[in-house]
Amino acid sequence: MADSAARHLRTYGQIAWLWIRAAWQYPTSFVMLAVGNGLITGLDFVGLWIMFTHLQDLGGFTLREVALLYGSSSLALGLADTVIGSVERIGTYVRTGRLDQMMTKPVPLLVQVCADQFTLRRLGRLTQASVVFGWACTGVDWTPLRVLVAVSMLVSGAMIFFGLFVGFACLQFWTQDTDQLANAFTYGGATITQYPLRIFPREIMVGLTFVVPVAFANWYPCLYLLGRDDPFGTPDAFQLASPLAAVLTVAAALLVWRSGVRHYTSTGS
Amino acid sequence: MLHVAVATRAFRRYSTYRAATLAGIFTNSVFGVIYSFAYLALWRANPTAGGYDAQDAVTYVWLGQALLMTIALWGGGATDDLAERIRTGDIAIDLYRPVGILGWYLAADLGRAAYQLLTRGVGPVLVGVLAFDIALPGSATDAAAFAVSLVLAVVVSFGIRFLVASTAFWLLDQSGVKVMTGAFAIFFSGLLLPLVLFPGWLGTLARALPWASYVQVPADIWLGKHAGTDLALALGFQVLWAVVLLAACQGVLRLATRKVVVQGG
Repeated sequence: MADSAARHLRTYGQIAWLWIRAAWQYPTSFVMLAVGNGLITGLDFVGLWIMFTHLQDLGGFTLREVALLYGSSSLALGLADTVIGSVERIGTYVRTGRLDQMMTKPVPLLVQVCADQFTLRRLGRLTQASVVFGWACTGVDWTPLRVLVAVSMLVSGAMIFFGLFVGFACLQFWTQDTDQLANAFTYGGATITQYPLRIFPREIMVGLTFVVPVAFANWYPCLYLLGRDDPFGTPDAFQLASPLAAVLTVAAALLVWRSGVRHYTSTGS
Repeated sequence: MLHVAVATRAFRRYSTYRAATLAGIFTNSVFGVIYSFAYLALWRANPTAGGYDAQDAVTYVWLGQALLMTIALWGGGATDDLAERIRTGDIAIDLYRPVGILGWYLAADLGRAAYQLLTRGVGPVLVGVLAFDIALPGSATDAAAFAVSLVLAVVVSFGIRFLVASTAFWLLDQSGVKVMTGAFAIFFSGLLLPLVLFPGWLGTLARALPWASYVQVPADIWLGKHAGTDLALALGFQVLWAVVLLAACQGVLRLATRKVVVQGG
């Protein structure tokens, strides 16, 4: 089990390295893609900062507290997107018949799909998110337990977005040109968790806790890091439940992936 | 006549992907909801920020989501075809056709924009009206001016995207430049945050750049923020950038043609 996992990881690395070398054939584009991606998210944060020139606080949260939410959600999305972002192209593979080719190769399909067209352009987002997160961390009153929660938040957050990317990409096994739909949950999930959930109606908070559990990617653990009570009055245990939510999300996504692959019957052309 | 035919066919080409269109409207609406609540929180704390009231702000959000695809804010559209033809060398065939390249691609892009407007544009506005009670144009003049402003927005955006695609003549691959300019477009168009909120020199700069024509200018016209000469000035600003950019496109095309000929196609 551990042996085969290590082998899959190595194969993933080899395919990814292939794509990095391919991208490097256009060096100007490669650098601009990385910088451009950092710029998009960087300007996103400038937007938040501009909002705060008109505000004292947003839903009771200061700019540095919002930066903690922003940084952690952006880091989690960036990590997941770098590692498995290619999965959103699955509809194209179905349409072009490339998925059939992949199925004949002695490497698990999910590994191939995730490593395909691997790109380091998300490094821009990761760098920018790390800077914001680092700055926000200076406002946290650290204890050993909070360090642990912070680390588990980033890992769990990346796993939750991993699950959302894979799970919603599987819709394309049934309808090939709806890759946009997944964006509502992946990028939408990352966008909504940049803000304190308190500014949204209660129904949205419930949805983001139990249906699309992105609230566990940053909101609940951040409340713990900041030592704040949940404005919605949910149980304190939620603040430490991120790893559980992450495992459940990934498990659900893998189930959906499996049924998607079983449903797949090639385009027949 | 030829250009109308090109535009009609571009319209039809995009209308093939119905499920993708619906999925796109759903995604735009999700982002519309997120930004609406964020703006509502801002305007609740500061009810006159940027000279907008809460209803203006929410209307602005949904207009932004509606215009996003029509003006191809992230890049793409007909100019992506151009970049691909430059990369593969097929552009050499286009160059000896008895039709101007600029006019051909502009027509195709307007056809694309018309389709996106009727679907990805109308969809989010309807959702906004139903869910957030957004404002509609206050007068027939504003509505007509908005329509004109929208066409100008597409032309300005086309000019920028055409220049970006043309970089493929030199770089072979436009994707890097496309992402960079896309980042500026998102920020300086006012999609992320209305430019009226931008402080000091940043606000002055943002309102002078061509990207202001994308969302801020049409949205302000829709909201009735411009009247009389002010309205003429707003449209004049877009016309100015459209003319400057199209002239630049023509110039770049001339330079590039010389280069392609030197390389032998």
